[in-house]
Amino acid sequence: MEVKILSAKFDIEDSHRLEVAKKHGAYGTLEKLFAMDPADVIEEVKNSGLRGRGGAGFPAGVKWGFLPKDLDKPIYLAVNSDESEPATFKDRYILVRDPHMMIEGIIICCYAIGSHDSYIYIRGEYTSQLKILQEAIDEAYEAGYLGEQVAGHDFRLDVTVHRGAGAYVCGEETALLESIEGKKGQPRSKPPFPAVVGLYDCPTIINNVQSIASLPFIIEKGAEAYRAYGTEKSAGTHLFGISGHVEKPGMYELPLGLPLMEVLNEVAGGVWKGRQLKGVIPGGSSTPVLTPEEAHTVTLDYESMAEHKTMFGSGGIVVLDETVDIVKLVENLIAFYHHESCGQCTPCREGLGWMLKIIRKFIAGDGREDDIELLLELCDNIEMKTVCVLSAACTMPVRSYLEKFRHEFESYINSSNSDPVQSQAE
Amino acid sequence: MSDRSQLISSGQPFTFDSARDAEFERLIKRYPIRESMIMPALWLAQEQEGWLSTEAIAYVAERVGTYPAKVFELATFYTMYHLKPVGKYHLCVCRTLSCYLREKQEIVDYLAAELGLRPGEVSEDGMFSLEEVECLGHCGTAPVIQVNGEFHEEMNVEKLKTLLAGLD
Ligand SMILES: Cc1cc2nc3c(=O)[nH]c(=O)nc-3n(C[C@H](O)[C@H](O)[C@H](O)COP(=O)(O)O)c2cc1C
Ligand code: FES
Repeated sequence: MEVKILSAKFDIEDSHRLEVAKKHGAYGTLEKLFAMDPADVIEEVKNSGLRGRGGAGFPAGVKWGFLPKDLDKPIYLAVNSDESEPATFKDRYILVRDPHMMIEGIIICCYAIGSHDSYIYIRGEYTSQLKILQEAIDEAYEAGYLGEQVAGHDFRLDVTVHRGAGAYVCGEETALLESIEGKKGQPRSKPPFPAVVGLYDCPTIINNVQSIASLPFIIEKGAEAYRAYGTEKSAGTHLFGISGHVEKPGMYELPLGLPLMEVLNEVAGGVWKGRQLKGVIPGGSSTPVLTPEEAHTVTLDYESMAEHKTMFGSGGIVVLDETVDIVKLVENLIAFYHHESCGQCTPCREGLGWMLKIIRKFIAGDGREDDIELLLELCDNIEMKTVCVLSAACTMPVRSYLEKFRHEFESYINSSNSDPVQSQAE
Repeated sequence: MSDRSQLISSGQPFTFDSARDAEFERLIKRYPIRESMIMPALWLAQEQEGWLSTEAIAYVAERVGTYPAKVFELATFYTMYHLKPVGKYHLCVCRTLSCYLREKQEIVDYLAAELGLRPGEVSEDGMFSLEEVECLGHCGTAPVIQVNGEFHEEMNVEKLKTLLAGLD
């Protein structure tokens, strides 16, 4: 089932070094690229069906098309390498095993959109990863792939790494821009969208690392070759990160559209320790959970995930075995989002804190019957009432656990002696 | 780490050493506005001193050309900036989803007992500090810890013993 498009060089020793990467084709698309018209590059990417791999799945070429024409301002590209959504660990492989593929992708994107300055926003915890990436960029400058004349062409391109410092919300594209501007990572209201008013008030495209790294293949082999993988609406391949209770967790490149359970059983070795499956989180912690029944019918693509009322997300699949205590899992999740709230919107800042208090009441044995409804009501009052969707990234999955595993919450209430009057009467 | 509302004086003046000074000058050319240098400069200062003192914050403000309050604001918002000294070995244990499922609690409990620390504390001799952090992007090899930025994956008590024995 596994394919090697993005991961073609991942197993080669020292593949992050320019010399090695070049032997295996790095920067091979540039001659073709500079012979193309930028508009044709955008067209090719549109035709490839490439969708953003950061979580939302927005078509890459279409987003580039939103840039205003003939504006007398610089255009920026920000590459989102914040990779902080729990259960997501795919972009890191690109950063350390094939950074030149990403740099080549940056050149392709910048040429297409007419940008001469790109920032790579990397999460602060990626220390050795940052070092490898910076070395690759330095090598690319020395070899003339970056700088005043990219590969000898009349095209300047500077690439700068901007290091985050431990804030999940900076993965949200406008918080990311604020952070580069030297501010707290607090998302902006949209519209205006960054393609019109972005970094330093200039038109800006934000794309995920994997989206950008998919470009060299598309330009080299063409849109059709990319479409040969995946489904009609979910073209290409994806670096799936499989974690949790499986025998062989890890990162696997697969075409989109495969049945989830086949992948779990045949690629990831199945549920560990011979245990039963309780649920699957399909695309990072913010995606609604799937029951085993749903897991058996869903396929790994945007359409099927939507039909199952969840999301493809970042492709970070988490397997939950029969021993998982859903209530405690939900506590862990809410604690994450509460901690990572940027604090600017009251429903998110306060509401997630209330949710955390309530779930902790359950765990302490003080849960009340109407607390389940209260949690659901809170979800409704928080969701879509904030500047960004960080809060919804918490309430959407929480609601799914409450609906699909309600009995586990109820059993916490029933097993607790929270009603002293009643227990005395007995 | 835990209290992020106060700055502490180191009692020493702060300036960048020459390597960091050069790095600051290289980077500032990459940004159209000076404020973009606050975060990179905070990183440089923290790498040099291990944490961010009142003096370091004031120095960064002066170099960038902004108010100390603005620099302080960023230093408190972004949790990887240390507003007080951490241990010689700063241990971060991931507490989130995949590490939680793969028994991160055993890791935290073992370290807490072995080092006599609760998450958020620094040992009296200044050797160790322990922190629980959110997803570190290594979920496929959970549970993971970071020691001074370096990742240790698929951790268990046996591996922790070997790791701790190697730190002195
Ligand atoms: C709270 C939050 C966190 C996010 N974190 C990330 C992230 O770590 N990496 C990423 O690429 N996109 C992340 N996104 C999505 C970005 O906002 C944006 O959609 C994406 O970077 C666009 O790139 P793409 O179209 O190539 O996917 C996040 C969104 C939200 C709301
Ligand atoms: S959940 Fe621990 S590294 Fe991602």
